[in-house]
Amino acid sequence: MKIYVPMDSAAKALGADEVADAIAAEARARGIEAWIIRNGTRGMIWLEPLVEIDQGQGRIGYGPVTPEDVPALLDGKLDSLGPVEEIPFFARQTRLTFARCGVIDPLDLDDYRAHGGLAGLRRAAAMPQPDIITEVTESGLRGRGGAGFPTGIKWKTVMEADAPQKYIVCNADEGDSGTFADRMIMEGDPFTLIEGMAIAGLGVGATKGYVYLRSEYPDAIRVMNEAVRIARQNGVLGLDVLGSGKAFDMEIRTGAGAYVCGEETSLLNSLEGKRGVVRAKPPLPALEGFLGRPTVVNNVISLATVPVIFEKGAQNYADLGIGRSRGTVTLQIAGNVRYGGLFETAFGVTLGEIVNEIGGGTASGRPVKAVQVGGPLGAYMPADKFDTPTGYEEFDQNGGLIGHAGLVVFDDSADMLRLARFAMEFCAVESCGKCTPCRIGAVRGVETLDRIAEGDMAATELLTDLCETMKDGSLCALGGFTPLPVMSALTHFPDDFACHKEAAE
Amino acid sequence: MQVNVPAPTEEDIRAIVAPLASLEGPLLPMLHALQDSYGHVPQVAVPVLADVLNLGRAEVHGVISFYHDFRDAPAGRHVLRICRAEACQSMGSNTLAESTLSKLGIGWHDTTQNGAVTIEPVYCLGLCACAPAAMLDDRVVGRVDDARMDKLLSEAGA
Repeated sequence: MKIYVPMDSAAKALGADEVADAIAAEARARGIEAWIIRNGTRGMIWLEPLVEIDQGQGRIGYGPVTPEDVPALLDGKLDSLGPVEEIPFFARQTRLTFARCGVIDPLDLDDYRAHGGLAGLRRAAAMPQPDIITEVTESGLRGRGGAGFPTGIKWKTVMEADAPQKYIVCNADEGDSGTFADRMIMEGDPFTLIEGMAIAGLGVGATKGYVYLRSEYPDAIRVMNEAVRIARQNGVLGLDVLGSGKAFDMEIRTGAGAYVCGEETSLLNSLEGKRGVVRAKPPLPALEGFLGRPTVVNNVISLATVPVIFEKGAQNYADLGIGRSRGTVTLQIAGNVRYGGLFETAFGVTLGEIVNEIGGGTASGRPVKAVQVGGPLGAYMPADKFDTPTGYEEFDQNGGLIGHAGLVVFDDSADMLRLARFAMEFCAVESCGKCTPCRIGAVRGVETLDRIAEGDMAATELLTDLCETMKDGSLCALGGFTPLPVMSALTHFPDDFACHKEAAE
Repeated sequence: MQVNVPAPTEEDIRAIVAPLASLEGPLLPMLHALQDSYGHVPQVAVPVLADVLNLGRAEVHGVISFYHDFRDAPAGRHVLRICRAEACQSMGSNTLAESTLSKLGIGWHDTTQNGAVTIEPVYCLGLCACAPAAMLDDRVVGRVDDARMDKLLSEAGA
């Protein structure tokens, strides 16, 4: 009997380790031969710890399981959720990037291979460099970290740059509230990221890669380090990648708690051992990146999606989606929501479908007030924007941004003025300090919002003006996009700003 | 966490950072290694790092002080981080944090009087679908309510 108990951080945060220990102890006491596999998560976080039992007829799910449930679980008396992949939340998805996450043992390379792993890299290893770039370009893959820049164009720039050394840098500084896809893939299917980076390396002619991984993810750091070691031992990384005669190796680097290092140029400075301050562009990192060399900087999900594009072909991927948003979006449904978790689907699903149907509305049972999409720099979308389809351009036209596709749901108890103030406060805490609109503007923003809170409605004009300055004058997205949550809160929820005036009077 | 260890010498620092000198961009790995060993980055390390990396002392200090993670003095025996980001706020983390701090009678970044626990804010642990979240040392906890928080604090000896 195979028993799967996730070792994903979210599952652990809800007691998965205790459940795994209880199963091991109970099985031992009964003399049952149980093979406990610590998989990643399927992404249905409200069911975690989600235990799956396979007795040879497919995987049956149970969850959330507590240690007290374990005797009944092994007696076959615990209510089951049925076959895991038939749970509606799961069955509705199109899983490409996350196809193996929750399915395999994350550190079992044979299991990875048995589920399609390394097929993409093997194909890429036999292709000339320009064909690798063409494949990525034709897939329509855009940067999943937030900016949505076409991946193929970035890779082409690096490939064509002439330099003795080039680099692949994976941005794993996933600091946005409401996002956990990077963490899930690194903890649940680390080889797919390694494979994606190796393909990128072969494509652009880079022999060295780095994953810049935030220190807030100790489990992901452990799993990635172990996966790199295993990949190197098995010839996936090294001087002769899968026997192709081409070299690619990589290292995991740990950040040190700075949100702004998720911005690519800050990240590069940090990786070089400097303060994580933003660099002015140009020069682009594609031409002068890490240590001044041509560098591909891509997000975890972008790189982790590359193997499936090479495994199934660019067209297969490009056929999904809407407009210029091709392929799948890895939605992270979070906050005050009933069915929170990761949902991978083709671009195009509307915001309302995600929140109300897939997410099941709020966890508190109260009406939904707002959804912040795209992290702390994303807009607060009110219910009347719920028909917006997920697509980079579609969100942009509706005053929002998809960013890393994290959605944080708020019920009607949310105080939008307080959230707007938090956005400014966060920007002030995390500003790298290089440019004035961000460094000073955020501090002034907090003060101005405090004036509004005290009933000085005339300060809203000042706030609007300040936000314009930050948007137009900041060097990077931190100062440039902080106005988005602030102004969307003010625009869509004016009552939350005005009511303070009444209270003050 | 270290208690009553003798202050590190220049030789101790060199021994820890020397194996990392061949990395590309070695300063952050060095600082992490020092903090892993001493629970903070000792002041005596600054001139050593400057020497090893051929940097100014001010540059090294500038890097250490830029990052939230690096401490100039040891934390308590345990570090409890409470998430303050939006997803956790949507599930009541503001109230949870306020009540925790007032129960302990300390502010953010402070350590309880018995030296057991330092409370730090953190902006996202990636546990946004089981908010509010906290992390005691390296152990993550989701759906933290007052009862769970009390249990964590008593485990940590606060």
